[in-house]
Amino acid sequence: MLIKTHEDLKKLSEKAKAALEQYKSRILVCAGTGCVANGSLKVYDALVKMVKEKGLLVEVDLVEEVGHDNVGVTKSGCHGFCQMGPLVRFEPSGLLYCKVKEEDVEEIVNTTVVNNGVIERLLYEDPNTGEKITTQDENPFYKRQVRVTLRYCGRIDPENIYDYIAHRGYRALSKVLQEMTPETVIKEITESGLRGRGGGGFPTGRKWSFAAAQPGPKKYVICNGDEGDPGAFMDRSVMEGNPHSVLEGMMIAGFAIGADEGYIYARAEYPLAIKRMRKAIADAEAHGLLGENILGTGFNFKIHIKEGAGAFVCGEETALIASIEGERGMPRPRPPFPAVKGLWGCPTIINNVETLANLRYIINNGAALFKSYGTATSAGTKTFALAGQVQNTGLVEVPMGMTLREVVFDIGGGLRDGKKYKSVQIGGPSGGCLTEENLDLPLDYDELLKVGAMVGSGGLVVMGEDTCMVETAKFFMGFVQNESCGKCVPCREGTKQLLALLTKITEGKGTEDDLVLLEELAQNVKAGSLCGLGKTAPNPVLTTLRYFRDEYLAHVRDKKCPAGACQALKEYYIDPEKCKGCTVCARVCPANAITGDKKQPHVINVELCLKCGACMEKCKFGSIIIR
Amino acid sequence: MENKEIKFLQVQQIIESHEAKVSHLIAILQETQAVYGYLPKEVLTYIATAIGISPATVLGVATFYSQFSLIPKGKYIIRVCDGTACHVRGSEPIMMAVRKELGLTADKPTSDDLMFTLETVSCLGACGLAPVVVADEEVHGQMTPDGILEVIKKLKTAVTDN
Repeated sequence: MLIKTHEDLKKLSEKAKAALEQYKSRILVCAGTGCVANGSLKVYDALVKMVKEKGLLVEVDLVEEVGHDNVGVTKSGCHGFCQMGPLVRFEPSGLLYCKVKEEDVEEIVNTTVVNNGVIERLLYEDPNTGEKITTQDENPFYKRQVRVTLRYCGRIDPENIYDYIAHRGYRALSKVLQEMTPETVIKEITESGLRGRGGGGFPTGRKWSFAAAQPGPKKYVICNGDEGDPGAFMDRSVMEGNPHSVLEGMMIAGFAIGADEGYIYARAEYPLAIKRMRKAIADAEAHGLLGENILGTGFNFKIHIKEGAGAFVCGEETALIASIEGERGMPRPRPPFPAVKGLWGCPTIINNVETLANLRYIINNGAALFKSYGTATSAGTKTFALAGQVQNTGLVEVPMGMTLREVVFDIGGGLRDGKKYKSVQIGGPSGGCLTEENLDLPLDYDELLKVGAMVGSGGLVVMGEDTCMVETAKFFMGFVQNESCGKCVPCREGTKQLLALLTKITEGKGTEDDLVLLEELAQNVKAGSLCGLGKTAPNPVLTTLRYFRDEYLAHVRDKKCPAGACQALKEYYIDPEKCKGCTVCARVCPANAITGDKKQPHVINVELCLKCGACMEKCKFGSIIIR
Repeated sequence: MENKEIKFLQVQQIIESHEAKVSHLIAILQETQAVYGYLPKEVLTYIATAIGISPATVLGVATFYSQFSLIPKGKYIIRVCDGTACHVRGSEPIMMAVRKELGLTADKPTSDDLMFTLETVSCLGACGLAPVVVADEEVHGQMTPDGILEVIKKLKTAVTDN
């Protein structure tokens, strides 16, 4: 079906919306990467089969008339609460079932679908109060969230363009093409205060105005979906859960700067996201929403997908461009900025997935409403990937300026397994580790920069008392060292030396002089590197040195790891009170470091001990401890 | 020998489908790796000649990106995620368990019988399920050292059954 005019789109939108409202109920089974891994597709298949057997199911097609008694079963994108998956949500009631298994489906159909009943055991149980939560809106994980970017992730079928259209999809594009000029679009986005969600936080409107001012005819829009930060997965979820919102955003950006072609650069590690983006492009093309003369306005736009091949540095704008051009993904010096000279030498803007997904909201609802969320300098909402040692892990979207404490404790439910909070790592390898004192910090671009961290792409990894901060700094340094492209010396050689110093410290061979050297070198790498990767690579080292100096000192002075995490500083010891002399440990020890007579307490020879932990794993009496 | 020729033909088709464009080099290499399981040196030279750039440039690209491998990989790829979230939830013991089970080291990622290759990835974007392992394209969340040994055992049995 071709949508040729604004009127066509409006009619289809109303029709699809009306069709959707006819369903007695709609069941959304999460089919994001996390829930699929936990078997949500089996749940979906079983649900379809059983609802069909009851004579109820209608495929949710949204174009044809359906009866009022029908139940639609749909695969949706990520609901965000990955840890509790597979998730099944019921519309319109908002009932949310967690950890649903194939075996539960029969009961779900009989109790909930047919009789509107609630199955207690499938409800989410608040780990802190033990209370059972019925609907998604009452769930503490969702209650404090404000979903703008993720609004329809988990609410619509990402593989059905009509579902998107039923939810005002492509209406922002239609508005832009019908009522606005490139100048007014840029003005609106500038006024909204939207800043790049990929890391740097550069004002989107300003970036666009640079590219718009460049002479044409050829310009490009690139969607940066190379979400390389370990611990962040919002772009994946948006691409999987609402791919059309990304396409619509790219077209709005294209109209604003005068581009007619776009590229989506997505990580190869995200096969499902790529598949759904490809389907969205094909569907949009088939309906005339992408291609030539869109909505009869003379506006043309083409979108291609480029799969990345595994290089973190390609998240950097100029490296990403080199990669699209088929070369090694190495950054180029700026200026010239991509807005002036980008892909194949043409003016190019590069926006992150999440930034693009925000655009339809701003155009549809106006800059003022968007700005009503967030803080004075950081407008709107931001999606954070909450992970690590926290009770509730998943994707959360909150107004900018919410405090870390609210995110970690109110939404995240605090730490798991009764662990004590120690730190939260924000912004991936470019970000920093913050302490308990920073918990009341509002999450916005400028406040985080002040304490040496950054929003980055929004990864929040919570760490408990048993995480060693020196080891964490080493982990990130290992990552950036591995990912450094090798073009500029400070990054290539500097990160290598930083890693060597950190390794030395975690092995108990460091001195206090090494800490001085570490800090000085980190400052130099920060100052001297060419691109963002090198400039921010020392952040984890610098923030841990600043906030967890005691821990560094314990490693170099006392040769102890207070968290008990550094392998080389561990000392295994057998508690003679608990040891029954069963000899199991002596038999599994690969270094023959354990001796003792049968039924007598055994001893570990620390000189020989490899610290492999095999004895501890096998001891049935818990008599082996680390000290 | 025949098999090798067929594969070369496929590579030629891949190059043609990309109109031998230099800008498509990464996609060409990705599709070629899907045919061979890795990138044989002679094929890289062939691709270079076909799209009109130097073999050194092609090798440069093939060695830059972590997805490409110049040595054969095992039948089953076990990818242990070592992103931050997985790391703090214990991905290392999982890696150790796999290495011990299959007799691998950091420098020797593939087992002698070419059955298994162990890789680490920086992040699979499934942090909510940390620690995550992808074995033979199947994602396993909330993994444990014992759990991964079970998975390996199953894959081994699948081989003997066939």
